[in-house]
Amino acid sequence: MKKIQQIRVLAIASSGGHWVELRRLQPAWEGCLVTYVTTSAARENELQEEAQQAGREAPPFYAVVEASRWEKIKLIRQVLQVLLILIRVRPHVIISTGAACGFFALRLGKLLGARTIWLDSIANAEELSLSGEKVAGCADLWLTQWEHLVKKDNRNGKLRYEGTVV
Amino acid sequence: MIFLTVGNELPFPRLVQAVDSWCEKNGNCSVFGQIGPVGPNGYRPRHFEWEEFISPQQYHEMCDEADLIIAHAGMGSIITALELSTPVLILARLAVFQEHRNDHQVATARRFSARKGVLVAEDEHAVAGMIDSWNASRDVVETETVEPYAEERLIRVIRDFILNS
Repeated sequence: MKKIQQIRVLAIASSGGHWVELRRLQPAWEGCLVTYVTTSAARENELQEEAQQAGREAPPFYAVVEASRWEKIKLIRQVLQVLLILIRVRPHVIISTGAACGFFALRLGKLLGARTIWLDSIANAEELSLSGEKVAGCADLWLTQWEHLVKKDNRNGKLRYEGTVV
Repeated sequence: MIFLTVGNELPFPRLVQAVDSWCEKNGNCSVFGQIGPVGPNGYRPRHFEWEEFISPQQYHEMCDEADLIIAHAGMGSIITALELSTPVLILARLAVFQEHRNDHQVATARRFSARKGVLVAEDEHAVAGMIDSWNASRDVVETETVEPYAEERLIRVIRDFILNS
Protein backbone atom coordinates (compact mmCIF):
# COMPACT_ATOMS: atom_id res chain seq x y z
CA MET A 1 0.00 0.00 0.00
CA LYS A 2 1.19 3.51 -0.81
CA LYS A 3 1.78 6.15 1.81
CA ILE A 4 -0.92 8.84 1.89
CA GLN A 5 1.43 11.54 0.71
CA GLN A 6 2.34 9.45 -2.34
CA ILE A 7 -1.22 9.05 -3.58
CA ARG A 8 -1.91 11.33 -6.52
CA VAL A 9 -5.53 12.45 -6.67
CA LEU A 10 -7.07 14.37 -9.56
CA ALA A 11 -10.19 16.28 -8.48
CA ILE A 12 -12.07 17.57 -11.51
CA ALA A 13 -15.42 19.31 -12.08
CA SER A 14 -16.82 22.03 -14.26
CA SER A 15 -16.97 25.46 -12.67
CA GLY A 16 -20.20 26.43 -10.92
CA GLY A 17 -22.31 24.07 -8.82
CA HIS A 18 -20.27 20.97 -9.67
CA TRP A 19 -17.12 22.66 -8.42
CA VAL A 20 -18.82 23.84 -5.22
CA GLU A 21 -19.90 20.26 -4.53
CA LEU A 22 -16.44 18.85 -5.31
CA ARG A 23 -14.74 21.30 -2.96
CA ARG A 24 -16.94 20.17 -0.09
CA LEU A 25 -15.35 16.70 -0.34
CA GLN A 26 -11.87 18.04 0.27
CA PRO A 27 -11.21 16.28 3.63
CA ALA A 28 -11.47 12.98 1.73
CA TRP A 29 -8.07 13.60 0.10
CA GLU A 30 -6.43 15.51 2.91
CA GLY A 31 -2.74 14.57 2.99
CA CYS A 32 -2.70 13.22 -0.59
CA LEU A 33 -1.09 14.94 -3.56
CA VAL A 34 -4.15 16.57 -5.08
CA THR A 35 -4.38 18.37 -8.41
CA TYR A 36 -7.52 20.38 -9.19
CA VAL A 37 -9.01 20.84 -12.65
CA THR A 38 -12.01 22.96 -13.62
CA THR A 39 -13.37 24.99 -16.54
CA SER A 40 -12.61 28.47 -15.20
CA ALA A 41 -9.06 29.75 -14.70
CA ALA A 42 -10.38 32.26 -12.15
CA ARG A 43 -10.97 29.43 -9.68
CA GLU A 44 -7.25 29.25 -9.02
CA ASN A 45 -7.42 32.35 -6.78
CA GLU A 46 -9.87 30.57 -4.54
CA LEU A 47 -7.40 27.71 -3.98
CA GLN A 48 -4.52 30.11 -3.47
CA GLU A 49 -6.41 32.17 -0.90
CA GLU A 50 -7.41 29.10 0.99
CA ALA A 51 -3.87 27.72 0.98
CA GLN A 52 -2.54 31.05 2.17
CA GLN A 53 -4.99 31.10 5.06
CA ALA A 54 -3.98 27.58 6.01
CA GLY A 55 -0.31 28.50 5.69
CA ARG A 56 0.53 25.99 3.01
CA GLU A 57 1.34 25.80 -0.65
CA ALA A 58 -1.54 25.99 -3.11
CA PRO A 59 -2.24 22.67 -4.86
CA PRO A 60 -1.48 22.35 -8.58
CA PHE A 61 -4.33 23.64 -10.71
CA TYR A 62 -5.30 23.38 -14.37
CA ALA A 63 -8.11 25.03 -16.29
CA VAL A 64 -9.68 23.40 -19.35
CA VAL A 65 -12.09 24.95 -21.82
CA GLU A 66 -15.76 25.15 -20.84
CA ALA A 67 -17.93 23.10 -23.19
CA SER A 68 -21.59 22.17 -23.23
CA ARG A 69 -22.79 19.01 -24.89
CA TRP A 70 -23.75 20.91 -28.05
CA GLU A 71 -20.34 22.47 -28.60
CA LYS A 72 -18.57 19.64 -30.41
CA ILE A 73 -15.34 21.47 -31.24
CA LYS A 74 -14.94 22.75 -27.71
CA LEU A 75 -15.65 19.27 -26.40
CA ILE A 76 -12.84 17.87 -28.53
CA ARG A 77 -10.49 20.55 -27.22
CA GLN A 78 -11.59 19.72 -23.69
CA VAL A 79 -10.91 15.99 -24.17
CA LEU A 80 -7.40 16.73 -25.44
CA GLN A 81 -6.68 19.09 -22.57
CA VAL A 82 -7.91 16.54 -20.04
CA LEU A 83 -5.77 13.86 -21.68
CA LEU A 84 -2.62 15.99 -21.49
CA ILE A 85 -3.28 16.74 -17.82
CA LEU A 86 -3.77 13.04 -17.09
CA ILE A 87 -0.51 12.18 -18.84
CA ARG A 88 1.30 14.86 -16.90
CA VAL A 89 -0.23 14.16 -13.47
CA ARG A 90 -0.58 10.36 -13.73
CA PRO A 91 -3.19 10.25 -10.95
CA HIS A 92 -3.80 7.09 -8.94
CA VAL A 93 -7.34 8.24 -8.21
CA ILE A 94 -9.68 10.50 -10.19
CA ILE A 95 -12.77 11.98 -8.59
CA SER A 96 -15.49 14.06 -10.25
CA THR A 97 -18.92 15.51 -9.47
CA GLY A 98 -19.55 16.35 -13.16
CA ALA A 99 -19.99 17.28 -15.81
CA ALA A 100 -18.43 16.61 -19.27
CA CYS A 101 -14.82 17.26 -18.23
CA GLY A 102 -15.18 14.84 -15.32
CA PHE A 103 -16.72 12.22 -17.57
CA PHE A 104 -13.76 12.47 -19.96
CA ALA A 105 -11.27 12.32 -17.10
CA LEU A 106 -12.82 9.10 -15.76
CA ARG A 107 -13.08 7.51 -19.22
CA LEU A 108 -9.48 8.29 -20.18
CA GLY A 109 -8.13 7.85 -16.67
CA LYS A 110 -9.49 4.35 -16.51
CA LEU A 111 -7.56 3.47 -19.67
CA LEU A 112 -4.43 4.84 -18.04
CA GLY A 113 -4.94 2.66 -15.00
CA ALA A 114 -6.40 5.11 -12.48
CA ARG A 115 -9.08 4.18 -9.96
CA THR A 116 -12.13 6.33 -10.44
CA ILE A 117 -14.90 7.93 -8.36
CA TRP A 118 -18.04 9.58 -9.68
CA LEU A 119 -20.34 11.42 -7.30
CA ASP A 120 -23.41 12.50 -9.22
CA SER A 121 -24.52 16.06 -8.42
CA ILE A 122 -27.18 16.55 -5.76
CA ALA A 123 -29.05 18.52 -8.43
CA ASN A 124 -30.03 15.25 -10.12
CA ALA A 125 -32.86 14.09 -7.91
CA GLU A 126 -35.07 12.27 -10.37
CA GLU A 127 -32.54 10.58 -12.60
CA LEU A 128 -28.77 10.52 -12.88
CA SER A 129 -27.14 13.23 -14.96
CA LEU A 130 -26.31 12.34 -18.54
CA SER A 131 -22.59 12.14 -17.74
CA GLY A 132 -23.37 10.23 -14.53
CA GLU A 133 -25.29 7.67 -16.53
CA LYS A 134 -22.64 7.31 -19.23
CA VAL A 135 -19.81 7.02 -16.74
CA ALA A 136 -21.24 3.84 -15.16
CA GLY A 137 -18.87 1.49 -16.95
CA CYS A 138 -15.71 3.28 -15.90
CA ALA A 139 -16.48 4.43 -12.35
CA ASP A 140 -15.02 2.11 -9.68
CA LEU A 141 -17.00 3.95 -7.03
CA TRP A 142 -20.26 5.21 -8.47
CA LEU A 143 -22.33 7.36 -6.13
CA THR A 144 -25.59 9.26 -6.20
CA GLN A 145 -26.76 11.70 -3.52
CA TRP A 146 -30.33 10.42 -3.71
CA GLU A 147 -31.14 7.18 -1.98
CA HIS A 148 -34.25 6.47 -4.02
CA LEU A 149 -32.20 6.40 -7.23
CA VAL A 150 -30.25 3.41 -5.91
CA LYS A 151 -33.48 1.47 -5.54
CA LYS A 152 -34.50 2.37 -9.07
CA ASP A 153 -31.20 1.21 -10.50
CA ASN A 154 -30.86 -2.37 -11.68
CA ARG A 155 -27.16 -2.71 -12.39
CA ASN A 156 -26.38 -5.25 -9.67
CA GLY A 157 -26.18 -2.73 -6.89
CA LYS A 158 -23.29 -0.86 -8.44
CA LEU A 159 -24.82 2.56 -7.84
CA ARG A 160 -24.44 3.52 -4.19
CA TYR A 161 -25.77 6.15 -1.82
CA GLU A 162 -23.41 7.18 0.97
CA GLY A 163 -24.72 10.60 1.95
CA THR A 164 -24.66 14.07 0.45
CA VAL A 165 -22.38 17.08 0.14
CA VAL A 166 -24.74 19.33 2.09
CA MET B 1 -28.14 44.68 -0.89
CA ILE B 2 -29.91 42.05 -2.96
CA PHE B 3 -27.80 39.88 -5.25
CA LEU B 4 -29.54 38.20 -8.16
CA THR B 5 -27.66 35.34 -9.83
CA VAL B 6 -28.79 32.87 -12.49
CA GLY B 7 -25.58 31.01 -13.39
CA ASN B 8 -23.45 31.35 -16.50
CA GLU B 9 -24.97 28.78 -18.76
CA LEU B 10 -28.37 30.08 -19.76
CA PRO B 11 -30.46 33.24 -19.39
CA PHE B 12 -33.45 33.26 -17.04
CA PRO B 13 -35.63 36.21 -18.10
CA ARG B 14 -38.63 35.04 -16.09
CA LEU B 15 -36.76 35.63 -12.84
CA VAL B 16 -34.80 38.66 -14.02
CA GLN B 17 -37.98 40.39 -15.16
CA ALA B 18 -39.74 39.64 -11.87
CA VAL B 19 -36.91 41.30 -9.96
CA ASP B 20 -36.83 44.21 -12.41
CA SER B 21 -40.51 44.96 -11.92
CA TRP B 22 -40.11 44.71 -8.15
CA CYS B 23 -37.35 47.33 -8.45
CA GLU B 24 -39.49 49.51 -10.69
CA LYS B 25 -42.28 49.49 -8.16
CA ASN B 26 -40.04 50.11 -5.19
CA GLY B 27 -37.67 52.63 -6.77
CA ASN B 28 -34.22 53.33 -5.41
CA CYS B 29 -33.51 49.70 -4.65
CA SER B 30 -30.12 48.21 -4.05
CA VAL B 31 -29.93 45.23 -6.37
CA PHE B 32 -27.08 43.83 -8.43
CA GLY B 33 -27.78 41.10 -10.98
CA GLN B 34 -25.65 38.49 -12.73
CA ILE B 35 -28.06 37.53 -15.47
CA GLY B 36 -26.20 35.16 -17.82
CA PRO B 37 -26.00 35.40 -21.62
CA VAL B 38 -28.70 37.85 -22.69
CA GLY B 39 -28.36 37.55 -26.48
CA PRO B 40 -29.49 40.17 -28.99
CA ASN B 41 -33.19 39.97 -28.17
CA GLY B 42 -32.98 38.99 -24.53
CA TYR B 43 -34.46 40.84 -21.58
CA ARG B 44 -32.29 43.69 -20.28
CA PRO B 45 -33.21 44.96 -16.83
CA ARG B 46 -33.76 48.71 -16.59
CA HIS B 47 -34.10 49.22 -12.87
CA PHE B 48 -30.97 47.65 -11.43
CA GLU B 49 -27.31 47.28 -12.24
CA TRP B 50 -26.33 44.05 -13.93
CA GLU B 51 -23.66 42.07 -15.74
CA GLU B 52 -24.02 38.96 -17.85
CA PHE B 53 -21.04 37.24 -16.19
CA ILE B 54 -18.89 37.99 -13.18
CA SER B 55 -15.72 36.37 -11.89
CA PRO B 56 -15.86 33.81 -9.06
CA GLN B 57 -14.16 36.43 -6.84
CA GLN B 58 -16.80 39.01 -7.60
CA TYR B 59 -19.44 36.35 -7.10
CA HIS B 60 -18.13 35.59 -3.63
CA GLU B 61 -17.89 39.28 -2.75
CA MET B 62 -21.48 39.81 -3.86
CA CYS B 63 -22.74 36.82 -1.89
CA ASP B 64 -20.77 38.02 1.15
CA GLU B 65 -22.25 41.49 0.92
CA ALA B 66 -25.81 40.45 0.10
CA ASP B 67 -28.61 40.51 2.66
CA LEU B 68 -30.69 38.40 0.28
CA ILE B 69 -29.61 36.23 -2.63
CA ILE B 70 -32.16 35.65 -5.40
CA ALA B 71 -31.22 32.75 -7.65
CA HIS B 72 -32.24 29.96 -9.97
CA ALA B 73 -32.43 26.62 -8.15
CA GLY B 74 -28.80 25.78 -8.95
CA MET B 75 -26.68 23.94 -6.41
CA GLY B 76 -23.85 26.48 -6.53
CA SER B 77 -26.13 29.33 -5.45
CA ILE B 78 -27.97 27.32 -2.82
CA ILE B 79 -24.86 25.84 -1.19
CA THR B 80 -23.06 29.19 -1.22
CA ALA B 81 -26.04 30.88 0.46
CA LEU B 82 -26.26 28.13 3.09
CA GLU B 83 -22.52 28.34 3.75
CA LEU B 84 -22.82 32.09 4.35
CA SER B 85 -26.12 31.83 6.27
CA THR B 86 -27.63 34.30 3.83
CA PRO B 87 -31.32 33.92 3.01
CA VAL B 88 -31.86 32.77 -0.56
CA LEU B 89 -35.00 33.10 -2.67
CA ILE B 90 -35.07 30.54 -5.48
CA LEU B 91 -37.13 29.98 -8.59
CA ALA B 92 -36.69 26.72 -10.51
CA ARG B 93 -35.89 26.81 -14.21
CA LEU B 94 -38.45 24.99 -16.33
CA ALA B 95 -37.84 23.08 -19.55
CA VAL B 96 -41.18 24.19 -20.99
CA PHE B 97 -39.80 27.77 -21.26
CA GLN B 98 -36.43 26.49 -22.58
CA GLU B 99 -34.82 27.61 -19.34
CA HIS B 100 -33.04 24.28 -18.93
CA ARG B 101 -32.91 20.87 -20.63
CA ASN B 102 -35.18 19.32 -17.99
CA ASP B 103 -37.04 20.14 -14.76
CA HIS B 104 -34.42 18.90 -12.29
CA GLN B 105 -34.37 22.30 -10.58
CA VAL B 106 -37.95 21.73 -9.41
CA ALA B 107 -36.78 18.73 -7.40
CA THR B 108 -33.78 20.64 -6.10
CA ALA B 109 -36.01 23.50 -4.96
CA ARG B 110 -38.39 21.08 -3.31
CA ARG B 111 -35.59 19.31 -1.49
CA PHE B 112 -34.10 22.49 -0.10
CA SER B 113 -37.38 24.23 0.72
CA ALA B 114 -37.33 22.58 4.16
CA ARG B 115 -34.12 24.39 5.08
CA LYS B 116 -34.35 27.56 7.10
CA GLY B 117 -33.48 30.58 5.00
CA VAL B 118 -34.30 28.89 1.69
CA LEU B 119 -37.41 30.52 0.24
CA VAL B 120 -38.89 28.80 -2.79
CA ALA B 121 -41.03 30.82 -5.21
CA GLU B 122 -43.78 28.77 -6.84
CA ASP B 123 -43.62 30.92 -9.95
CA GLU B 124 -42.41 34.31 -11.15
CA HIS B 125 -45.55 36.04 -9.88
CA ALA B 126 -44.71 35.05 -6.33
CA VAL B 127 -41.25 36.63 -6.40
CA ALA B 128 -42.15 40.28 -5.68
CA GLY B 129 -44.38 39.41 -2.74
CA MET B 130 -41.69 37.18 -1.30
CA ILE B 131 -39.05 39.90 -1.54
CA ASP B 132 -41.50 42.23 0.24
CA SER B 133 -42.16 39.81 3.06
CA TRP B 134 -38.45 39.09 3.44
CA ASN B 135 -37.86 42.85 3.56
CA ALA B 136 -40.52 43.32 6.22
CA SER B 137 -39.11 40.64 8.47
CA ARG B 138 -35.44 40.66 7.48
CA ASP B 139 -34.19 41.06 11.03
CA VAL B 140 -35.95 37.95 12.17
CA VAL B 141 -35.47 35.64 9.18
CA GLU B 142 -33.77 32.54 10.51
CA THR B 143 -31.12 30.89 8.42
CA GLU B 144 -29.41 27.58 8.78
CA THR B 145 -25.66 27.33 9.04
CA VAL B 146 -24.11 24.39 7.27
CA GLU B 147 -20.74 22.82 7.87
CA PRO B 148 -18.11 23.72 5.26
CA TYR B 149 -17.75 20.08 4.23
CA ALA B 150 -19.88 17.16 3.08
CA GLU B 151 -21.47 14.62 5.41
CA GLU B 152 -18.91 12.63 7.37
CA ARG B 153 -20.12 9.31 6.03
CA LEU B 154 -19.61 10.41 2.43
CA ILE B 155 -16.14 11.77 3.16
CA ARG B 156 -15.19 8.55 4.95
CA VAL B 157 -16.33 6.29 2.10
CA ILE B 158 -14.41 8.34 -0.46
CA ARG B 159 -11.33 8.61 1.76
CA ASP B 160 -11.27 4.85 2.38
CA PHE B 161 -11.49 4.27 -1.35
CA ILE B 162 -8.62 6.69 -2.03
CA LEU B 163 -6.39 5.27 0.72
CA ASN B 164 -6.93 1.74 -0.53
CA SER B 165 -6.01 2.60 -4.11
